[in-house]
Amino acid sequence: MLPVEIKKDIFWVGSVDWNLRDFHGYSLARRGTTYNAYLVKDEKIALFDLVPANHVDELLRCLKATIDPEQIDYLIVNHVEPDHSGALPKIMDIVKPEKVFCSPIAKQALISHYHREDWPYEVVATGDNISLGKRTVTFLETKMLHWPDSMFSFLPEDKLLISSDAFGQNLASSERFDDQVDQSLLFDLAASYYANIILPFSPLVQKLLAKVGEVGWDIDMIAPDHGLIWRTHIPEILAKYGEWSTQKPQRKAVVFYDTMWKSTERMARAIADGIIAEGVSVQLFSLKTAHHSDVMPFIMEAQAVVAGSPTHNNGMLPLLADMLTYMKGLKPQGKIGAAFGSYGWSGEAAKQISEFLQSAKVEIVAEPLRVKNVPTDQDLAACQEFGSKIGREVIARVPE
Amino acid sequence: MRYVCSICGYVYDPADGDPDSGVAAGTSFDDIPADWACPVCGASKDNFEPEG
Ligand SMILES: Cc1cc2nc3c(=O)[nH]c(=O)nc-3n(C[C@H](O)[C@H](O)[C@H](O)COP(=O)(O)O)c2cc1C
Ligand SMILES: [Fe+2]
Ligand SMILES: [Fe+2]
Repeated sequence: MLPVEIKKDIFWVGSVDWNLRDFHGYSLARRGTTYNAYLVKDEKIALFDLVPANHVDELLRCLKATIDPEQIDYLIVNHVEPDHSGALPKIMDIVKPEKVFCSPIAKQALISHYHREDWPYEVVATGDNISLGKRTVTFLETKMLHWPDSMFSFLPEDKLLISSDAFGQNLASSERFDDQVDQSLLFDLAASYYANIILPFSPLVQKLLAKVGEVGWDIDMIAPDHGLIWRTHIPEILAKYGEWSTQKPQRKAVVFYDTMWKSTERMARAIADGIIAEGVSVQLFSLKTAHHSDVMPFIMEAQAVVAGSPTHNNGMLPLLADMLTYMKGLKPQGKIGAAFGSYGWSGEAAKQISEFLQSAKVEIVAEPLRVKNVPTDQDLAACQEFGSKIGREVIARVPE
Repeated sequence: MRYVCSICGYVYDPADGDPDSGVAAGTSFDDIPADWACPVCGASKDNFEPEG
């Protein structure tokens, strides 16, 4: 893509990854993504964040459409993860910048990624300012959001916040701004990004939002490192981050399962019927068709998580282990849940799932429910009642 | 004495403990089991420094 001037003398100079689907090896980005880099032309020319190593040519092409890359004085590394710093070795060789600004932890991380002690690092911490000439850049460390090295850069004269991985979305598009695309798509993608990347750090998001209020930054543009730039819906995305980080569950339940001969699937459907009958919204996922990163946004919003697997070699099926492990790592808070599954002779799976849910701090509200081989009508009625019980527990906790 | 995680900035306050990981309120940092990990980033106990 060609550069896009987002503010006077400030340019988007990133790369659109139309073909990406596998995001960092752990989640799906069904609409591709972008790697956003930002160039500020002042007395000093500064480049904020980069692109992955395999997109460096595109970054250079974009830069060359507005400057000679050798004119760049400062590189600012807000985040060391390779999707934003991978291009660094090649860019260092070409640009030979005067300084590379980064947080204290980012310096160590850059060295352990690129093994170059000799680069001209300039460590900055929260509250530090640098001058680019007419403009100032203020830094705010955002440790563990989502890496220990993460940092925000704020340009007060331009009211521009360069927010690194916060407020991003995985979306490849020819548009650059939030108001240029379909709003429900944009917020769905922002929610999915939050659920799959930011969720474990929700307590830090709360603190960060408070901190941003405290420092009194006047922001009229938030430029993240993935996806579109917020210039219109800033109050809405800040409110959404407030809401998502509070993790206040909705009157919703997620049921996910895997199945061999469809008995567990039939149980899942009857359980869903019972939950729905209580007036609770249900999302039902077979893990054969739903990827764990597509389930996660629904878990984020739901009060209840209900998981099922038949017993397979004395345990749960692998897709359940995948989903549960992934979910546990993202640390959703305040959930209730229960486990179920069909079995042939020993029947360990449902109990194992229940224990795993407990270890993920899910409050178990019903004993694991098992059916031997194929459910009878009576068994399915019991499944429905199991669902109703969960539904009632949801209603009790989310009183409208 | 409060201790700060040098990786993520989490502050361990003995007054609060870390009940989610079974560390009762009132436990001094020294008395936390050696295999305890930072509840925010998972860093080990030796990554903590006294506050201040
Ligand atoms: C979303 C995400 C979460 C991570 N969580 C941790 C973590 O909890 N602890 C840790 O030591 N490293 C963590 N890492 C860092 C990776 O382990 C590190 O980047 C590693 O070098 C990647 O190895 P690979 O190149 O084989 O994928 C995380 C990375 C990502 C992208
Ligand atoms: Fe990242
Ligand atoms: Fe990223």
